[in-house]
Amino acid sequence: MILNRRTLIVGAAATLAGCDRLAKNETVREALFSAENFHRWAQRSLMARDALVHEFRPDQISPFFRPNGTANPNTPEYKALWRTGFADWRLQVGGLVERPLSLSLAQLHAFPHREQITRHDCVEGWSAIGKWRGVPLKRVLDAARLRDGARYIVLHCADDMGGGNGYYESIDRVDAFHPQTILAFALNDQPLRVANGAPLRLRVERQLGYKQAKYLMRIEAVTSLDGIGGGKGGFWEDHAGYDWYAGI
Amino acid sequence: MDGARSEPKSAEPKPVLRHRWPTRLWHWTNALLLYVLFTSGLGIFNAHPRLYWGQYGANFDHPWLTLERFGSWITLPAHYNLAMSRHWHLTAAPVFAFALLFYMLWSLFGRHLGRDLAFRRGELAPRHVWQDVRDHARLRFPTGEAALRYNVLQKASYIGVIFVALPLIILTGLTMSPGMNAAWPWLVELFGGRQSARSIHFITAFALAAFFLVHMLMVILAGPLNEVRSMITGRYKVPEARS
Repeated sequence: MILNRRTLIVGAAATLAGCDRLAKNETVREALFSAENFHRWAQRSLMARDALVHEFRPDQISPFFRPNGTANPNTPEYKALWRTGFADWRLQVGGLVERPLSLSLAQLHAFPHREQITRHDCVEGWSAIGKWRGVPLKRVLDAARLRDGARYIVLHCADDMGGGNGYYESIDRVDAFHPQTILAFALNDQPLRVANGAPLRLRVERQLGYKQAKYLMRIEAVTSLDGIGGGKGGFWEDHAGYDWYAGI
Repeated sequence: MDGARSEPKSAEPKPVLRHRWPTRLWHWTNALLLYVLFTSGLGIFNAHPRLYWGQYGANFDHPWLTLERFGSWITLPAHYNLAMSRHWHLTAAPVFAFALLFYMLWSLFGRHLGRDLAFRRGELAPRHVWQDVRDHARLRFPTGEAALRYNVLQKASYIGVIFVALPLIILTGLTMSPGMNAAWPWLVELFGGRQSARSIHFITAFALAAFFLVHMLMVILAGPLNEVRSMITGRYKVPEARS
């Protein structure tokens, strides 16, 4: 036969090398990266603005919720906060708001809570189900009163990803005001462990795992993502080319 | 096969119009897109080469399949880059899905389905199916008039691919998206949870790869030049009837 395994492998590798070369072409690259916009538009057209993700029963919770990414920020500042049980930790809420806030954990707990058993879908392909408890982000943003120009909410984290780049993520107003978008301080009825983002992390349930920013320090309302980090709206977006819209 | 005309038998076989242009266009679009989707899909799979059944599944849970990472000769890009694999996959996927949708509608209304793919009376009788299996096994391909109609195994494969495997891989693919799961929560439940859907997506991808290999084998055995030409120009030379 003309096609033996070796020919097939060499052929496949050559074609794939061709695809790789193609991907270096600026136009092709732009097309590949802009598929995200189509998916965001299509998904948002298909779903109600406040469409909820499925919430599971307690018996469907994963036996162990896999932590991923930073397991411990380990910076001197974070360690100092951790040693005192985050008594000195404050969540700063600023940027385009009329009333900047500085909230302690106790003050956050005083807000109305929401509890939800949801599935965490990692961009890598695995899923874990956990019960989260926290304050709807909407409540905090309402307390800080967003100004008109505020289009995105940026979440700055305590973990240093190397080279002075802090982890950060951002979401738009649609997801920021979604009823299931919460600032979570508890997982499976326990205060967040360090590996899962203590003392506070974001849950934005209609998006993938890398959007669920851990070790929250500061929330900033902005008009544009330019000038923050690498300008693409998140650490992995800047450094690995991940899609900013992670509902896909 | 589309638009097959009854040609009077003559000494030199005249080419007949076998495939109409929508079939040809869709075929080659698919060839390209499935190649990109399969190779970039393996690149994505490499990020977590374990498969589970049910709603959840991560490193501490029990996988039904654990593989080594696929080699760079078969992944797109040819090195591990999850972001780029996803960009390729998510760019090709909507084009692939809408192309299938249009082709299904055309097959239905353009009578490709009714005329060429639907089983005829008696074709599904065990004796007839068995005869067809034996002919395939002995590589006795139909000639003359019979070569202008799909046989029962061909019909079953094409119907299975167009109306079962391809829709299944698209729908399970959609449930990989947390956004789509908020939009259509019933879909992921239909497959028994996101990790089950991911497993079905993977299995279907390899079923399609198997179809591709058998398809290639059949084209080569049935006369590659005539077959490939008929899928490019639509013209097909009818093999002379065996005496």
